Amino acid sequence: MTAQLDPNDLDTPLKHVRKALPHDSAAKHVSGTATYIDDMVEPVGTLHVVPGWSRQAVRGKILSTDLDEVRSAPGVVAVLTAEDIPGKNDCSSAFGDDPVLAEGEVLFYGQAVFAVVAETRDQARKAALKAKIDVASITPILTAEDAVDADTTVLPDYQFRRGSPETGMNAAEEILSGSMQIGGQEHFYLEGQVAMALPQEDGGMLVYSSTQHPTEIQHTVAKVLGVPDAAVTAEVRRMGGGFGGKESQANQWAALASIAASHTGRACKIRLDRDDDMIMTGKRHDFKVNWQVGHDGEGRIRAVDMEFLARCGYSVDLSLGVNDRTLFHADSSYFYPDALIRSRRLRTDTCSNTAFRGFGGPQGMLAAERMIDAIAITLDKDPLEIRKLNFYDGERNLTPFGMPVEEFQVMHDLIAQLEESSDYWARRDDVRFFNENNAVLKKGLALTPVKFGISFTLKHLNQAGALVHLYTDGSVHLNHGGTEMGQGLYQKVAQVVAEEFGVSLNKVRITATNTSKVPNTGPTAASSGTDLNAMAAKLAAKEIKNRLITFLCEQHQCGPEAIFFGDNKVVVGDQSFSLADVAKQAHMARIQLSHAGYYATPGITWDRDSATGRPFFYFAFGGACAEVTIDTMTGEMTVDRVDILHDVGHSLNPAIDLGQIEGGFVQGMGWLTTEELVWDEAGRLRTHAPSTYKIPTASDIPEEFNVRLYQGSGNPQATVYRSKAVGEPPVMLANAVFCAINDAVASLSPGLVPNLDAPATPEAIMKAVQDMRRRKIS
Amino acid sequence: MRDTVRFLKGGKVVELGNVGPTETVLDYLRLRRRETGTKEGCGEGDCGACTVALGRLVDGKLVYQPVNSCIQLLGMIDGAELVTVEDLSQDTRLHPVQAAMVEMHGSQCGFCTPGFIMTMFTLYHDAGAEKSRKTVTEWLAGNLCRCTGYRPIIDAALEACFDAADDAFSWRAHETREQLRQLSDSSDIFIGDSDCFFSAPASLDGLAALYGQHPNATLVAGATDVGLWITKHLRDLPRMIWLGRIEGLDRVEDSPSGVLIGATATYAATEEAMTGLSSNLGELWRRIGSKQVRASGTVGGNIANGSPIGDTPPALIALGTTLELHSADGSRALPLEDYFVDYGKQDRQQGEFVTGLFVPRLSANQAFRCYKITKRFDQDISSVMGAFRLTLDEEGVITEARIAFGGMAGTPKRASGAEAALNGATLDDPSTWGAAMQALLSDFTPLTDMRASAEYRMETARALLAKALMEVSGTAPEEVRVLAKREAGHDRAA
Repeated sequence: MTAQLDPNDLDTPLKHVRKALPHDSAAKHVSGTATYIDDMVEPVGTLHVVPGWSRQAVRGKILSTDLDEVRSAPGVVAVLTAEDIPGKNDCSSAFGDDPVLAEGEVLFYGQAVFAVVAETRDQARKAALKAKIDVASITPILTAEDAVDADTTVLPDYQFRRGSPETGMNAAEEILSGSMQIGGQEHFYLEGQVAMALPQEDGGMLVYSSTQHPTEIQHTVAKVLGVPDAAVTAEVRRMGGGFGGKESQANQWAALASIAASHTGRACKIRLDRDDDMIMTGKRHDFKVNWQVGHDGEGRIRAVDMEFLARCGYSVDLSLGVNDRTLFHADSSYFYPDALIRSRRLRTDTCSNTAFRGFGGPQGMLAAERMIDAIAITLDKDPLEIRKLNFYDGERNLTPFGMPVEEFQVMHDLIAQLEESSDYWARRDDVRFFNENNAVLKKGLALTPVKFGISFTLKHLNQAGALVHLYTDGSVHLNHGGTEMGQGLYQKVAQVVAEEFGVSLNKVRITATNTSKVPNTGPTAASSGTDLNAMAAKLAAKEIKNRLITFLCEQHQCGPEAIFFGDNKVVVGDQSFSLADVAKQAHMARIQLSHAGYYATPGITWDRDSATGRPFFYFAFGGACAEVTIDTMTGEMTVDRVDILHDVGHSLNPAIDLGQIEGGFVQGMGWLTTEELVWDEAGRLRTHAPSTYKIPTASDIPEEFNVRLYQGSGNPQATVYRSKAVGEPPVMLANAVFCAINDAVASLSPGLVPNLDAPATPEAIMKAVQDMRRRKIS
Repeated sequence: MRDTVRFLKGGKVVELGNVGPTETVLDYLRLRRRETGTKEGCGEGDCGACTVALGRLVDGKLVYQPVNSCIQLLGMIDGAELVTVEDLSQDTRLHPVQAAMVEMHGSQCGFCTPGFIMTMFTLYHDAGAEKSRKTVTEWLAGNLCRCTGYRPIIDAALEACFDAADDAFSWRAHETREQLRQLSDSSDIFIGDSDCFFSAPASLDGLAALYGQHPNATLVAGATDVGLWITKHLRDLPRMIWLGRIEGLDRVEDSPSGVLIGATATYAATEEAMTGLSSNLGELWRRIGSKQVRASGTVGGNIANGSPIGDTPPALIALGTTLELHSADGSRALPLEDYFVDYGKQDRQQGEFVTGLFVPRLSANQAFRCYKITKRFDQDISSVMGAFRLTLDEEGVITEARIAFGGMAGTPKRASGAEAALNGATLDDPSTWGAAMQALLSDFTPLTDMRASAEYRMETARALLAKALMEVSGTAPEEVRVLAKREAGHDRAA
C-alpha cells in the first residue's frame, strides 16, 4: 500500500505552497482539543431542542396533534409547532418548499412536526416520543418509477441536445440499449447535524452551525425569525465532515435552535440523534437510467440517447444543480457526435435528496461507463480499448453542452501512464487465466477515466471574499468565506497567505468562518473552496503587501524591485526588518493594514435556458484501475488492488490532495458496493444507523492501493499557483471498482452484458450472476 | 456492600456515589466532567468515535481494551482504569500514536480521530500483537472514518503500534497495577434505592437473591445490546444489575471434551478457545462486532437476551452446545436450539438467568464449516449465517449432519429436513447432495428486510450448504471463499 509524493512536486522555491504540510488542526484532532459545536462551552441555562415526528406516517394530512403529554414531561420548557415560528416557515435554499415544521400535512417519513425544548437533551428526546399525531395516510409515491407513472416532478424536464441524435442513431451500425438502477448514498458525516443559537440584543441571533454554507444559515435564521439578515450572525470553525450533507441540510436545525432561542430567551442547542439525522436529512439522488447507444460496428460511438430519472424527494432543494451536473457528466470522457441527454426531476414522498460530493456527476458518468462496457462486451473487445477509442481528442472534443475539452492531451497521457503503471494488459491475461481455472470465484479488472468540470454551474456562486488583517506585531489574521469540513481548506489558504507575506505559518492565525467578517458568500462546495477562497485571500494579502511596498519605497527612496518579503523578514536593499517593524512603521504612517479581498472566477458564460456558453473554468482529470474477486455462489466481493493517478494541477499541498483522492475514492467505492439505502414498502427508511447502513471500514480498502499525483504542467487556467480542485473528482475513480465487478460477472457468459445495478451488494451481484446464467441457458 | 463506583483516571482514584442505572461513560465524560475529546458519532457502538480504553488486571497483567463509551454503563468501569484521549498527551507532547497520526496525515475532519487514537493506544499496549496489516485492520474495524479512506491511519498504526510500549502508561504501569489491586474487592455494589438502582453483586448467590427480589430488574453483562435500549429505544430501566463482578462467572475452561463459557465471558476472552475448536469458528469470532464490541459483549448475554442480532448461535447450535440456566430454585441445562422459542421469546423463567454454555469439541470424524454473509465483511450483522457439522464414517458417508442457520427464521434454527436428507449421503458423490438442497426449501421461509430479500436468503442458504459439502469433500480444487483467498494472498501481483 503506497501513497507516493513525487519529489518533483516538493522541489520548489516556494516556502509554504506545494509543501506536504499537516492539516492545521492535526495536533488538535489527535489530542481531542479541536472544538466542534457540541464541544463548545455552553452558556449558563442552555436548553436542548429535539425534533418530534410521526413514527408511522409517510404522507398524509395531519388530522390532530396532541402534545399535552410532551408538554408535561419532565424538564420540558417549551414545545414548538409551526404556529410558533415568528417569520416564514421555510428553510429551503431557494424554492420556498421546505417547511421547518410540518404545517397541515406530513410530506415524508421523518418530517419534523414539532420541537421539544427541555433542560437536557435526554429529557427532550424522551418527551418527543410522547406525542400523538394522527395522520390520514395516503399511498405514497416512493420510487422514481412510481413518480414517472404518477407524473409528479419537482422541476421541469431538461435536456442537452447536440447534433442530430435521431439521424446519428439511425446511421449507426449497431445499437445497444439497457437500463440500470443507481442507488443513493447517505453522507454519514461522523459529526451529525448540530447548531447552537444564542439570543442577542434587539432581536439578533448568533448561530453556531455545522454548515458548509454560513450565509444560507444567516438568511434562513433571519427568514424564520422575521428579522433582517444584518441581525443574524452565523459562525463555524470546523465541521466533523460535510460531503454536501451540510450545504442546505444544516438550515433546518439552525432554524429550530434559533426559533427556540428566540422563544425562550435562552441559548438553545440542537444535536440530532444519528437515526433521526439519517431519516430526516436528504441524501445522494438515486436514479433509474435508460440508455441507448449507437456505434459504428468497431465501437466508436455515433449517437446516444440517455434518460436520467432522478428521485428528488418531496422538495426541490438542490435538485436543479445536481441533475444538471448529471447531464454535464453523462459523457464521462467520451465524445458523443450526436446526443440526446434527458433529465426528469421526480417528486417522491421521501426525504429531499441533496448535494453529495460529485453532485450528480457520478451517476452520469457511471451510466456512460455502462454503455462503454456494453459495447466492449458485445464486440468481444477489451473495455479499455473502447474507452480509448471514444476519448475526446484534438478533433472530436466538443462536449454535449458545447464546451471544448481543451486538455484532452492530459487525459490521454494520464490514462497511458496508468495503463503502464498498473500493468493493465499483463493483469488482463492473469485475470483471464484465473477465471479459466476457477469455477466459484471470478476476477474482474477495469480501468476507467475521470473528467470533472470545475465551477458552480449557477454562475453567481463563483465568487468569494476574504478578510486579512496585519497586526503591528507582525501576526496575520486570516478569514474567508470558505468552511473547513476536513478537506484542508484552511490549511491551504493559510499556506498561500504565508507565502504572500513571506512569513512562517505560525504567524498566520486561522479564524472561524463568520458571516459578519465576510458577507454574501456561497457554499463551500463544487470542489471550488480553494480555487475561490485562496485566491480571494491571496489578493487581500497582496493588497496589504503592496501598500507596505509603496510605503517602503517612499521611506527608503527605492523602487519596488529592491524590496523582498521572505523568511519572516522584509528586505529593503541591504537593510532587513521584521514584518512587525514594517507593520508598526506603516501603522504610524497611517496606512491601513487590513483588506477585504474578492475574487470572481473569470470566463464562465453558461446560459442554462439556451444551454450554451461555458459552464466550467476547467476540467480535473484522473484514472483508476481496479481488480476485484467475486464469489458466484454468494455474491461476496473483495477489492484486491487499485491503482490511481489523479490530476490536481500543481498541488498546493500534496499530502492534503492525496488524502482527498484516497478518501474520495473509498467514499465512492462505498457508494457502489456496501452502502445500500433500503426503504420498506410503506416508505420508511430501514437503514438509518451504522448497524444497518455500511460505509467502508479499514479492511475494505484494497491491500495494494497505489495512489499517485499526475505530474503535468499545471492548470492552464490562472488558478491559485496553477492548482486544480480536488474535492469531488476522486469519488468517480470508484467507477473502476463497479466496472471491474461487472467485468467479473461478464466472464460467466462472454458476449452478454450483465444487468448489474448499483450498489453492487452481495445480493445485487448474485442477481446479476443468476440473470447471466438464465440468459446463457435460454 | 459498597455504595460507590471506583475507578482510576489520570492516575487518581475517582469514587462516585451518584451513578444512575443507565448513565453511560460517554455522558459522564462529556456532561459531568466536561471532557469533550471523546465524541458521540452514532450512540449505538457502531462507529467507534466514542472509543475509550479500559485498563484491567488480567492474571496480574495490566491489559488495555477499547470500548464504546456511548453504550458502556458508568457503573461497569468499576475497578478499571479509564483512559480517554485527554490523558494521552503530556502537556504539548503527543503520544507516539498521536504523533504518527499527525505525521501520516491520518486526520481530516478529525471527528473520528480521538476514537481511532484510543483504539490504537490499546493496540500499542498489546505486546502480543503481530505486526501486520491484518492485525491493524482487525483492530480498527470498529472505528469508522468517512474522510481519509483509512490508508494513512493504517500506516500510522503500523508505524506506531508495534514497538515496545514506552509512554506514561508503561512508565507507571507498576503503580497502576498496585492501584487497581487496591480497588479490587469482593463486596456487592448497590447504589440507589429499591425503585432505582445500579447494582453489581459479587456472587452467584447474591445475584440469585437480588434478582429474586427484583425480577423486573435488567440484567446486563457487556451492555452492547442493553446499551441500545437506553440510547436508542429510550427505555426506562430503573433497576440495573450488572453481572460483571460475579466471581467465576466469566470463566473459560478449555478441556479435551470442549469449552465451557461462563455467562459473562466476553467474545474477546473466548476467541482463543473458539479458534482452538475450529479455525472457521475463530474467523467468525473475529468478524463479530468490532474489537470494542468483543471487549465488552458476552456470548452469554447475546444468547440470554435472545437478541435477533446473533451470529454465534447458529454455529454454537451446529456444534451441539448446551446452555445452563440458574435461579434461586436451582439449575438446569438444555440444548441451545431449544432455548430460542420464537422471535423475541426465550425459554427463560422468571428469576432465571444464564450461567454459561458448553461447546463440545469436534471428534476426529467430524468436520465443521460456518459462513457469515454480510454486506460488509467486518462489523456487520449477517443476512445469512450458516453452520454445518458433518459426522462421517470411514467411507465418507455422512452419518449425522447438524445444520443451523441464522437470518432464515425468527430465531436461529436447525435445518431438520436437510439434516435428515444428508444422512447417508456420500461426500464424494455430489449427486447425493441434491435432496438436502431441496429440503432446505421447506425447512425455512425467510423474510425480506433491510439486510436481504427472502429470495437471496434462500438461494444463499442453499449455496452455503453446497459450499460446505464442496469444501469438506474437497471436490473443488480451488479456494472458494473470497476472504480466504485475500488472506492467502493468492492474488498478489508478482
